[in-house]
Amino acid sequence: MSHNSMNLKLNVWRQKNAATAGAFKTYEVNDISDEMSFLEMLDVLNEKLIVTGDEPIAFDHDCREGICGMCSLYIDGKPHGPWQANTTCQLHMRAFKDGDTITIEPWRANAFPIVKDLTVDRGAFDRIIQAGGYVSVNTGNAVDGNSLPIKKDDADASFAAAMCIGCGACVAACKNSSAMLFLSAKVSHLALLPQGDPERKSRVTNMVAQMDKEGFGACTNTGACEAACPKEISIANIARLNKEYLRSGLTAE
Amino acid sequence: MSSKNMFTSSVGKKLVMAFTGIFLILFLIVHAGLNACIWANDEGLMFNKAAHFMGSFVVPRVLEIGLFIGIFLHILQGYMLTLENRSKRSVDYAVNYSKGSKWYSRSMALLGTLLLMFLVMHIYHFWTPSRLGGIAGIKSLSVFDKNGVEYHNLYAEMKLVFENVYVVILYVLACGSLGYHLAHGFQSAFKTIGIHNKRYHAIISSIGYGFSIFISLAFAMMPISFYFNLVK
Repeated sequence: MSHNSMNLKLNVWRQKNAATAGAFKTYEVNDISDEMSFLEMLDVLNEKLIVTGDEPIAFDHDCREGICGMCSLYIDGKPHGPWQANTTCQLHMRAFKDGDTITIEPWRANAFPIVKDLTVDRGAFDRIIQAGGYVSVNTGNAVDGNSLPIKKDDADASFAAAMCIGCGACVAACKNSSAMLFLSAKVSHLALLPQGDPERKSRVTNMVAQMDKEGFGACTNTGACEAACPKEISIANIARLNKEYLRSGLTAE
Repeated sequence: MSSKNMFTSSVGKKLVMAFTGIFLILFLIVHAGLNACIWANDEGLMFNKAAHFMGSFVVPRVLEIGLFIGIFLHILQGYMLTLENRSKRSVDYAVNYSKGSKWYSRSMALLGTLLLMFLVMHIYHFWTPSRLGGIAGIKSLSVFDKNGVEYHNLYAEMKLVFENVYVVILYVLACGSLGYHLAHGFQSAFKTIGIHNKRYHAIISSIGYGFSIFISLAFAMMPISFYFNLVK
């Protein structure tokens, strides 16, 4: 396989902490292999910065396998970079060419305050989950998986919604900083299953209330979230969330 | 959840936009249907009768109050939502994300503002003269209904207003704004009330786009028909 190396210019958002104002800083990186991942390229830059005594760039990452939802980065005007259905850690440098200038920004939403540089606090998502994104079951012997028949279509739709890794790309892409795609995925994957049924009304009400409390915007159905989602969560989930909400509002005691 | 909370949360506010929006879509159908009477080519006789019925019969007059409340709620809630949504991102991106969403879906407030400006002009041209009498001097037909109320010649008023080429251009541009506003609004409203799933997606989207094109073309043809003397 051919192996090309490239020289790049990076425009990176640097910010000391939430209280201080940030600004873009330009860096040059040389001899970057096109087989590197985007985060490895940032690792190379950070090693260079450490050697020269500069503060390395803070960015979130964990599994680097595209499944944990920890990496973020708004690269050249798109959450998770130029590839479709892809996380930043799975973005490879062959997406770029020699001489490119790449602009790297953090997720921008007031509900995701910047911790440092490109790292934002996505605790708001955890608190939304805590408000109802679970099922309450008595523990005991494990139930046989086939004792509760579930329609194949529902199981598939539920699984597709459960693919959400909670990375926040939907919020970053939305002009309203709305968390509706995330919330709708979390509500949908439980609403579609019999296990989620007993708490479905209080779940949607409480999770929407928590989302509003966290300071996310309202959904205007533009579809930007769906296009940016690394797990291709469908915007149809948002319609389902709205239906769940309306149903809860009309029928809950 | 109390019924008050139901309409004040972020999802609830969208429900208000959707329900009023669907109500306004229904109004557009009635409005376009009645206005189509101008093409009966009977010097406006049928159109004036229809307009007189709408202005004198109690049911459309009551619905008219509902219409003004609906428009007011839609506009007020729309602006409040827009301002609120904008306040959720204090620091903007250096490079903006525009993939995956249509420009008109991101510009509903702008398109709506253009429509509001049009609405003021439109009400001044037709609604106030026909309901309150006389700003632009509607000539009476000297035809009376069975209660002895004189028919207004709203048809002549249209003819008069649409003699001005600038007014015609503004009306046609407003129809363009309406078309794009509806292209997003129609299907978005159905998503918001939760009936935009896999099963109905194709049909609602198609009806939405078809309706947006048809209704804006139908309305745009009205001033054009008068200006080019296509109606007799």
